[in-house]
Amino acid sequence: MSSPARNLPPKSTGLTTHTNVSLNVEQVSYAYAGNPSQAPLFTLEAMSLQAKSGEILAILGPNACGKSTLLKLIAGVLAPLSGRVLLDGTPTHTMLPRARAQRIAMVQQESRLLFPSRAWEFVLQGRHAYGRTLRFDSEEDVLIARNALAQVGAEHLTDRWMDKISGGEKQRVILARALAQQPAMLLLDEPTLHLDIAAQVDLLDALRKLASVNRYIVVVVTHELNLAAEYADQVALLQRGRCLRVGPPSAVYQRELLEQVFQTPLTVETGPSGRPRVNVWSNSHPTQP
Amino acid sequence: MQPLTLQRLLVRLAALAGILFIVVVLALKLGAVQVSLYGLANDLIRFALHQTSELSSNYSLIVFDIRLPRILLGIFVGASLAVAGTSFQALLRNPLADPYVLGVSSGAAVGAVLAVILESHLALSPDIAPLITPLGAFLGALLTIGAVYFLGLRDGAVDNGTLLLAGIISASFLSAIIQFLMSTVGRDLRGFAFWMMGDLSSPLQPSVSWMIRVGFLLAAGAIYTTASDLNLLLAGEKEAMHLGVDVPRVRIVVYVAASLLTGLAVSVSGAIGYVGLLVPHVMRLIFGSDHRILLPAAAFGGAIAVVLADMLARTVVAPSELPVGAMTAMAGAPLFIYLLRRRMA
Repeated sequence: MSSPARNLPPKSTGLTTHTNVSLNVEQVSYAYAGNPSQAPLFTLEAMSLQAKSGEILAILGPNACGKSTLLKLIAGVLAPLSGRVLLDGTPTHTMLPRARAQRIAMVQQESRLLFPSRAWEFVLQGRHAYGRTLRFDSEEDVLIARNALAQVGAEHLTDRWMDKISGGEKQRVILARALAQQPAMLLLDEPTLHLDIAAQVDLLDALRKLASVNRYIVVVVTHELNLAAEYADQVALLQRGRCLRVGPPSAVYQRELLEQVFQTPLTVETGPSGRPRVNVWSNSHPTQP
Repeated sequence: MQPLTLQRLLVRLAALAGILFIVVVLALKLGAVQVSLYGLANDLIRFALHQTSELSSNYSLIVFDIRLPRILLGIFVGASLAVAGTSFQALLRNPLADPYVLGVSSGAAVGAVLAVILESHLALSPDIAPLITPLGAFLGALLTIGAVYFLGLRDGAVDNGTLLLAGIISASFLSAIIQFLMSTVGRDLRGFAFWMMGDLSSPLQPSVSWMIRVGFLLAAGAIYTTASDLNLLLAGEKEAMHLGVDVPRVRIVVYVAASLLTGLAVSVSGAIGYVGLLVPHVMRLIFGSDHRILLPAAAFGGAIAVVLADMLARTVVAPSELPVGAMTAMAGAPLFIYLLRRRMA
């Protein structure tokens, strides 16, 4: 794939359009109820956090702690029961679908396709929010899609069918589609779930680079303690709908706190990168440290 | 990387229009009464030049007063069913969805029969009275797709298997209602086989003819405005929403417009099966799953399929005739089973 895009001004086909954006989650709460008269089945208690362009925020916690609910509230697809989520001052849940898709890109757990498409068609879907009804893809759209594939190192996949590439490759193409949205904020729901360890590191390295080069706010939901510690600037630790602590990994990763949240004995030490590292061991082992 | 352009779209549609033209000429020629191709060509030119008084052929009555209106009706019905099927498949994310399988055709037939019964009790002017039937069919179709959609929900999401079962059960229930209405009213409403099997042989009132043309353009046009939204909906409603699709708006536009297409088609031809299911699949194999080309291609494909099927229905047992729905079912059912098995494999 040749890259004529490099000679063009970055504004037209670059993947960065918002450089200094802030996310403010202000006293946001939510409740799921079977029906309005019943007690809620699940409650997310009021919580606050902030992030700005270039930062990776990891939302961490055991299963069913409210991580995905918080992500949906940030994405604006759920309206908070109280409080608000502001992206550069605008409440995300009041944005119209198109305006929202131009600022917030969501990378879901692997999407299943009804009819197969090629990688470039898939990435061009990211341009939908910029097109008018019945408009055909412009040269600008095509260049942005090419740039997006190039930035995640997936140019060689351009003409491949989505159902004939590996899980790690597919994750890259899905990420490229999110970049083609030229967002200010990138949201990822368990992006490492189906990836082997090399693909996990690849993906998170890519996210680290995207956050600093493209100036995205990156919010990742995960329960991978060590990957979050290694890559996140901030961690929000959730347990049963409550946000226990928000801060840099070194402030959040404390043995008693993590043992209580994850209900398993563990130790926290400083890893080779200077960031906290969590070790767990089997309860059935004869010797314990 | 070859994105769809207007030029590529038009070239493909022109090819399909050419095939449709050939099929139409064949359908004009073939039938219980043979017409020579030379005489037909002469007549067509005169017809196009509005020199109808100079038509030489003795068969001009058969060709232009009987076969041509029937072919035009077939084009409209085929295009409507195929466009409705294509959009149902995308919106419900179910490759086996179509107006017939989902029971929407049967719902439209019930609406049409009820409208015919109602019409006989109202003293309407003869210009308006025939329009009641398409209207009833539209409402019947709309109510049925609504009911089948809710019956197909499981934990708040459409479940493919449940949806198909809901459609099949609705279809047989609604067919039973038609039979019940037929026997209670005690007279044959434009032929029992007409509603149950699909038939193009009934001539149309001019007002109905105009209504279906306008209705088709409006409904198919409305669906076409959602073409790129439907492309994203193939990946699921949540994903489409994150990519900027106004999912509730698309859902309303497509359900109402596809019900209108089905209702209009059923009110003039009965329930012709499998066109809405198979034509989109064949077109998808040829042109891919981009709805900006798939929707118009399916319209042409549906028209070609129904005109061909009706031509066969008129000729295989000539001078007798089969209902066109029997032809489409004979060809369609085995293909449906093939698709079903391939999907389960």
